[in-house]
Amino acid sequence: MKWGSRFARSQRMPIVNGILIFVIVIVVLQLWLLTATMNAYLGGDFTIVVPAALVSLLCLALNVGLLWYLYRL
Amino acid sequence: MNQGEIGLQETVNGEATQPGDRQHGKPTRWRRDFPIDWPEDDYISRRELVKFVVLTSGAFVAGQGWIALKSWMEAPRNAWPVAAVATVEELPVGGAKTFHYPEGSPPRLLVRTGPETFVAYDQQCTHLLCPVIPAVERGQLHCPCHNGWFDLETGRPLAGPPNRPLTRILLQVREGTVYATGVEDAAA
Repeated sequence: MKWGSRFARSQRMPIVNGILIFVIVIVVLQLWLLTATMNAYLGGDFTIVVPAALVSLLCLALNVGLLWYLYRL
Repeated sequence: MNQGEIGLQETVNGEATQPGDRQHGKPTRWRRDFPIDWPEDDYISRRELVKFVVLTSGAFVAGQGWIALKSWMEAPRNAWPVAAVATVEELPVGGAKTFHYPEGSPPRLLVRTGPETFVAYDQQCTHLLCPVIPAVERGQLHCPCHNGWFDLETGRPLAGPPNRPLTRILLQVREGTVYATGVEDAAA
């Protein structure tokens, strides 16, 4: 077992894979959000621009948190 | 310099194999020139992949921020100008006229819906920017490109592909002249 790690290597692998899949799903969500926002913006609807940016920022914060957890694992 | 010095003299049963990379406890010349093997060079750990995906996530946030910045810069801050766009006599009931308000804007459409009532909207359909045509007898605006319909009184989409209302131009009628006084927020 790695020094300081709470998990054995065999236990860490599913966690790492799970985090990887979760992060990818969030990024796909962000991609969808970006295209929807661009569509609304080009259509003259500015109302969803700021909320969409905040949600995207939240997704990034979640991703960074997961990455941080991954490096501490 | 002979081959032994650069580590190229390795054979097993007469076939060439990877040459030895150390000689007398020191890396051979080729190993110093090529310190990383292909498998090691191609290897990307899951952690590195997650890091790359998170960077992509950051790029998306930057894109969202760019759109927010652009929309903030484009948002009108000053009061709209007041501009005369037509006289009451100029348009019969059911008549229409295009104009630009403010100057340099996309074309707007002024429609006289009754003896005392006028409405004005963006002439561009909110679907794919085709010009809309008034159908006053039906109380609607028609986009012939994809058969979209809008309510003449409110600008709301009624049928067809458009799903956003037409941007409304605020009007005032004073002393026989129709003035444009502002542009209503499309999402309002």
